[in-house]
Amino acid sequence: MARAVTNRRKAVTTLAAWGVGLLIFFPILWTILTSFKTEADAIASPPLFLGFDWTLENYGEVQERSNYFRHFWNSVVISFGSTFLGLLIAIPSAWSMAFVPGKQTKNVLMWMLSTKMLPPVGVLIPIYLIFRDTGLLDTRAGLVIVLTLINLPIIIWMLFTYFKEIPGEILEAARMDGATLWAEILHVLTPMAVPGIASTLLLNVILAWNEAFWTLNLTAAEAAPLTAFIASYSSPEGLFYAKLSAASTMAIAPILIMGWFSQKQLVRGLTFGAVK
Amino acid sequence: MGSIRLKQVSKSFGSVEVIPPLDLEINEGEFVVFVGPSGCGKSTLLRLIAGLEDVTTGTVEIDGQDATTIRPAKRGLAMVFQTYALYPHMSVRKNIAFPLKMAGLDKAQIDRKVDEAAETLNLTEYIDRRPGQLSGGQRQRVAIGRAIVREPKAFLFDEPLSNLDAALRVNMRLEISELHQSLETTMIYVTHDQVEAMTMADKIVVLRTGIIEQVGSPLDLYRNPANLFVAGFIGSPKMNFVEGPEARRYGAHTIGVRPEHLEVSRDGGLWQGTVGVAEHLGSDTFLHVTVAGIGNLTVRAPGEVGVRYGDEISVTAPKERIYRFDKDGRAIQ
Repeated sequence: MARAVTNRRKAVTTLAAWGVGLLIFFPILWTILTSFKTEADAIASPPLFLGFDWTLENYGEVQERSNYFRHFWNSVVISFGSTFLGLLIAIPSAWSMAFVPGKQTKNVLMWMLSTKMLPPVGVLIPIYLIFRDTGLLDTRAGLVIVLTLINLPIIIWMLFTYFKEIPGEILEAARMDGATLWAEILHVLTPMAVPGIASTLLLNVILAWNEAFWTLNLTAAEAAPLTAFIASYSSPEGLFYAKLSAASTMAIAPILIMGWFSQKQLVRGLTFGAVK
Repeated sequence: MGSIRLKQVSKSFGSVEVIPPLDLEINEGEFVVFVGPSGCGKSTLLRLIAGLEDVTTGTVEIDGQDATTIRPAKRGLAMVFQTYALYPHMSVRKNIAFPLKMAGLDKAQIDRKVDEAAETLNLTEYIDRRPGQLSGGQRQRVAIGRAIVREPKAFLFDEPLSNLDAALRVNMRLEISELHQSLETTMIYVTHDQVEAMTMADKIVVLRTGIIEQVGSPLDLYRNPANLFVAGFIGSPKMNFVEGPEARRYGAHTIGVRPEHLEVSRDGGLWQGTVGVAEHLGSDTFLHVTVAGIGNLTVRAPGEVGVRYGDEISVTAPKERIYRFDKDGRAIQ
C-alpha cells in the first residue's frame, strides 16, 4: 500500500511540476511560434497553434530593417563589461566584509540591498542629465557604468555569501606565508571561490542582458543593445506581432542558450552554502 | 635568531579583556608549550605573537626588535594550524612552494627546497596530489613542510595534533620533537593536552583565564607546582586533593598527593578505604578508593595489584610526597 501511495504522489508532483514549467515557458514558446507566422496568421482568431504556414520571412525582414549584429554586439559589450567591472569592485569589497567585518558591515550590506528596492525611474532625470552633460548618453561606456552600479549590490551580496564559506584560517595561513593582501586575494581567495564567482558572473550577465529600463532610456542608436532592438518593433500603430516576435526570439536566444548550458552551475552557485 | 619577548602584552575584544598584561620571555631554540584548558587564552597569545591579532597594549619583540606593528608576513614566523589550513586548490608541491613563491625565489631554488622538505617529511610520493586526497597525518605533514621551507625564526603550532586519531598523534608528537632536535629552531606550541606539553616541552607556560599561572620545565612543574591549578592540571591521572581536618594536620588548607605516589597495602596504612572502580590498563591499574572522612582518592597501582571492587584496603601517602597549599591555593614551601 505504502508503495502505491508513493507512486501516486510522485505522479501528481511530476504532473504539477510539468504544468507549472509549461505555464512559465508558454509565453516564450508562443513568441517563438509567432515569429514563424505571417502577420495575418499572428493575429488570427481563434489563435493558430501549429497549423499555420511556417515562414522565415520575418527574420529576413527584421535583419534587413535593423542591424541585428550591431545590437547583439552592444549587448555583449554592455552585459559582460558591466559584469567584469562589477566583479573587479565587488571581490575586494566582499573580501573586506566577509573577513574583516566592522561594526557597520551588516548595515552597509542592508543599505546596498535597499538601493535595489528604489524605483529606478526616481533617479532617471538626474542620471539622464549627468549623462547628457558628460557626453555619456548613447555610449556603451555609459551603459557599462550604469549597469555596473545597478547590479553591484547583487554581485557583492552573492560573493559575500560565498566568501563567508571559506575558512578564515586558510587566508591567515597565506598571510603567515608572506602573501600581501593582493596575493592573498589573487592566489588563494579567488581560486577557491571560482564556483561562486562563476555563478555570480553568469547571473549578472543574464540580468544585464535583460535590463531594459536604463538601456532604453539612455540610448538612441549608437549603443542600443538588443532590448532596444525589440522595442523598436513594438509600435503603437500597426500590427507587427510576427516581426516583434522574431526580433524577441533573436534577442533572447543567445542568453537562453547560455542559460541552458550553464543551468547546473547556476543552480549550484545559487544554492551554495544553503544545502550544506 | 628566534628569541621572542612579550612585554606587558594584553588583549581585549571590545570590553572583554581576554589577556591581562603579561610578560614572557622565549629564548632562542627553545620548545615552549602554552597549555591550559580551553578558553584560557593560549591560542590568542599565539596569534598575538604571529601578528594575526593586534595587541591592545604592550610590545612584542622578535630577536630584540619591536615587531608589535609589523604585519604577520614580515615577522619571519611560520605557523601550523589545527585545521592544517592547506590551500585546497593547489597540489602538495604548490602548497609547500607557496611561501617561497611569495618571497620571490626563482623556480630552481623553489624546486630544490620543496624536494628537500618533501623528502624530510616523507611526502615525495604524494607531491602531486591535492590536500583533499591525503589523510589527516599527511595533511599535517604538508602544513609542517610549508612552514619549514621558509626557514623561519620560530615555528608556531596551534593545536596541530588535535584533529588526528590517538595513535597518529603519538607518532606526530615524536616527529615534531625530532624536527625540533634537528632544526634547533624556536618552537611555540599550543595545546590543551598536558601529556603533549610534558613530553615535548623544554619550557611549559600554564595559562588560565589569560593569566600565566606558572612557567617552568616539565619536571619543575610536576615537582614544584606553584598552586592548586597547576598541581591539578599537570600530571595524569590528576592529583588528589584533601581538605579539612586531615589537611590541617599537615598545617595546610589543602593537601595534594599524586596517584602514583600513593602506596597500597592490605592493612596498617595511613587511610582505610573501599575500592570502587578498578581500571586495568595492563601496565597500571587505576583504583578509585573511597576513604571515610577524606573522600575519593585515585591510586595508580601496578598492573598486577590483585585488588577488586569492594575490597577494603589501606592507602599511604609518604610525608615527603604530600603537597601543601594555603587557603588561596598557593603552594606552601
